[in-house]
Amino acid sequence: MPITLDVNGTRREFDGDPETPLLWVIREELGLTGTKYGCGIAQCGACTVHVDGQTLRSCSAPVSAAAGRRVTTIEGLSSRAAKAVQKAWVDLDVVQCGYCQSGQIMSATALLEKKPKPSDTDIDHAMAGNICRCATYQRIRAAIHAASAQLAA
Amino acid sequence: MHPLMNRLHPDVQRRLMEGLGVEESSAPLVSRRVFLQSAGATGLAIGFGWLSPAADAALPSAEGAGTGPLAPNAFVRVGTDNLVTVICKHHEMGQGNTTGLASLVAEELDADWSLVRTEYAPSDANLYKNLAFGMQGTGGSSAISNSFLQYRSAGATARAMLVAAAADAWKVPASEIKASKSTLTHASGRRATYGEMATAASRQTPPENPPLKSAAQFTFIGKDRSTPRVDSPSKCNGTAIYTIDVKLPGLLTAVLAWPPSFGAKLVSFDAADAKKVKGVTDVVEVPEGVAVVATGTWAALQGRRALKVQWDESASTDLDSETLLARYRTQATQPGTPFAKPATSATSSSPVKTVEAVYEFPFLAHATMEPMNCVAWLHDGMLETWSGHQFPSFDHMLAAKAAGLPMDKVKLHTLVSGGSFGRRANAFSDFTVVAVNVAKAIGGRAPVRVQFSREDDTGAGFYRPMYVHAVKAGIDAQGRLALWEHSIVGQSIMAGGPMAMMIKDGIDPTSVEGVDKTIYDLPMMAGTLHSPTLAVRPLWWRSVGNTHTAYVMETMIDELAVAAGRDPLAFRLALLDKSPRAAAVLKLAAEKAGWGKSRRAGVAQGIAVHESFDSFVAQVADVSMRNGKIKVERVVCAVDCGVAVNPDVIRAQMEGCIGFALSALYYSEIELKAGRAVQRNFDTYRAMRIHEMPKVEVHIVPSTEKPTGVGEPGVPPLAPAVANAVAKLGAPRVRRLPFTRAGLVET
Repeated sequence: MPITLDVNGTRREFDGDPETPLLWVIREELGLTGTKYGCGIAQCGACTVHVDGQTLRSCSAPVSAAAGRRVTTIEGLSSRAAKAVQKAWVDLDVVQCGYCQSGQIMSATALLEKKPKPSDTDIDHAMAGNICRCATYQRIRAAIHAASAQLAA
Repeated sequence: MHPLMNRLHPDVQRRLMEGLGVEESSAPLVSRRVFLQSAGATGLAIGFGWLSPAADAALPSAEGAGTGPLAPNAFVRVGTDNLVTVICKHHEMGQGNTTGLASLVAEELDADWSLVRTEYAPSDANLYKNLAFGMQGTGGSSAISNSFLQYRSAGATARAMLVAAAADAWKVPASEIKASKSTLTHASGRRATYGEMATAASRQTPPENPPLKSAAQFTFIGKDRSTPRVDSPSKCNGTAIYTIDVKLPGLLTAVLAWPPSFGAKLVSFDAADAKKVKGVTDVVEVPEGVAVVATGTWAALQGRRALKVQWDESASTDLDSETLLARYRTQATQPGTPFAKPATSATSSSPVKTVEAVYEFPFLAHATMEPMNCVAWLHDGMLETWSGHQFPSFDHMLAAKAAGLPMDKVKLHTLVSGGSFGRRANAFSDFTVVAVNVAKAIGGRAPVRVQFSREDDTGAGFYRPMYVHAVKAGIDAQGRLALWEHSIVGQSIMAGGPMAMMIKDGIDPTSVEGVDKTIYDLPMMAGTLHSPTLAVRPLWWRSVGNTHTAYVMETMIDELAVAAGRDPLAFRLALLDKSPRAAAVLKLAAEKAGWGKSRRAGVAQGIAVHESFDSFVAQVADVSMRNGKIKVERVVCAVDCGVAVNPDVIRAQMEGCIGFALSALYYSEIELKAGRAVQRNFDTYRAMRIHEMPKVEVHIVPSTEKPTGVGEPGVPPLAPAVANAVAKLGAPRVRRLPFTRAGLVET
């Protein structure tokens, strides 16, 4: 029995092993490659997506867990907070290699959607699951504050 | 990759090809591309004394640049759509060189930055060699320094042709035409965009010696935020394409059962259960191990789990980190190959105080965010590969050799990579060759991506070798340095491969850099090196030998300053008469950090300075301690990298180097037990996270010196600066890394 998914507002069906991690379905069945593989054990956050507005490490969640729920990937970001985050990321040139940044942006967006004026501690808590080996952390923090300021304007 | 490669013979690629038995072409040899132009650096009154015309700076012809229509050389083309395309010969792994190369062209072309696009060059060493290496490759923090004149000349050539075309069309002297923001104007009111003039310009003869701007005329170079990163938008919306994202018809994915330990040999395997996994198409033996090939990554991983493999690990049982360290410590007490001898003129004052220390550094994995991978496709008598080809010359030759094809039947597509830190600058091209081997093993039936899992990447990879240093140093009655005996033990990175030609008199320069040629005046130094060989494959890791030598030098100098009762800053400055640029960054960092001013209780400052890749970096770390655990609160960094082409990229690299180095100092260690890597993923091979990142302030020294590297030189001073602060806080000197071993950070 195929699993029905709502990915970025589009209804999709997946007729494979229901234990397949959501990550590989998004990337290889649906062709949405902005979500990245980094560790496979929910340690690095490169695979972060939103499921019903909450962050989820898609490398470690079976696709069946997303059945009938609303999945958003980097390609489907459209909220006001998301646009503010992406703009701040570009304005501050946060990225270096960029490989982790889809996940960083997904985590930052989820934070600002819930808490438009986060403290540094809020940022630490929300972003600690996302590793950046280029160590762009200082700019990530600055960009979240900048996006927050833009949302308040 | 290393700057010392500039000692390579100009014919290095040809010699390597001969050694590998690789043919360049299956066709009769004809004269290949010729250099049509000279760079025109001669006689430029641009105020930089170091500028000299080099034959190597000549601009190769446009064969690699495609249609323009204006494509006067291999590095730039101007389209009728008014877009300027810069062809980047260097690999982008995050360090921002794509933006840097484009800004060099845009500067001299007077292009509108919003109309500048970039693409990555094909593999062609004749056109796109690194002028510091003689081969095509990125590393040694050399991308901007070797391209500085070449890419500017490329832009100046295109500009001159556009101006000449406008002068012809408008029948006015070229000198009266103004070019700015991709638009040509004349006082008469005539006006044309570069796009409108591109076709006419393509009929102009490229000038031999296009003038380059003076520093005073720069609009992009050194102008902060004038050229934002070209790769920011695509990396913020998920559209940037990395190797893992390549889509090809029928693309298969392969993962390998790698040898579980270094030196293990394949005995046999049983693929029956693996082949039962839905989606698995092939299970094939390749020289590297057993490849499970499938229609998708998950199926390949499931197939690998079901695969039964027998390995002979008898050769690995003795390979153990603790055993190795004990052996290295013993070796460090014995004479090895000398790399430094006391100068006869060295003062013969006797040391009255000596400090003796043994330092131990672990194996380190690069742990790039994107685990290693490569796509290979054998079809129609040729091979195509897609990967983060950081060193296309090696990857091209070795891919051709693995495929049994001449080089002109091999086409590399170079993509951005999700980090490298040295991992993809690999003279063995391991990630490329394994993909070719798998493509061959499935008979070229389909394109295939070999994907390392995180565990493969961490556990089966190349490492920064383990090193032990033993140092005895002393000061005389006047507090001056009077003794420095230095012994280093660790694998040679360059031995055993094509880089071995760089080893001179038994000394791999990457094992001793930062000690043998130090910024300090140490004529009394006696140095000796041991280079044991192991089954573990060694590789450069961001800043190479400086990763360990700077720690030893800068913590030992600090200890000697304390022993002499001198301020560590003043003690260093007294030894830096011959390195004014090192002294200048040290003073700048100290001043900006408030060195010598009182800190709040529980906070101490440590300082360090180091030269690497011809750049000078000093850092002051503010470190606090609570309940025996430390936190680096702030790092003030001063950098002198010559002309600062993109100041914000330089700041970003310093920030990144500091975070990367701190991560290793706190946590990073690959331990070997019976030949197997203990750490396999981020749960045990920890990486620093956002809450651990210190506040970083970067100060760039204004300079008219030749531009030098920024991708690596921010790494070396960080660890000793932090360690020196920790010592001030009263903790024992840390001589075995990482800090987790000393209990200074939470594990």
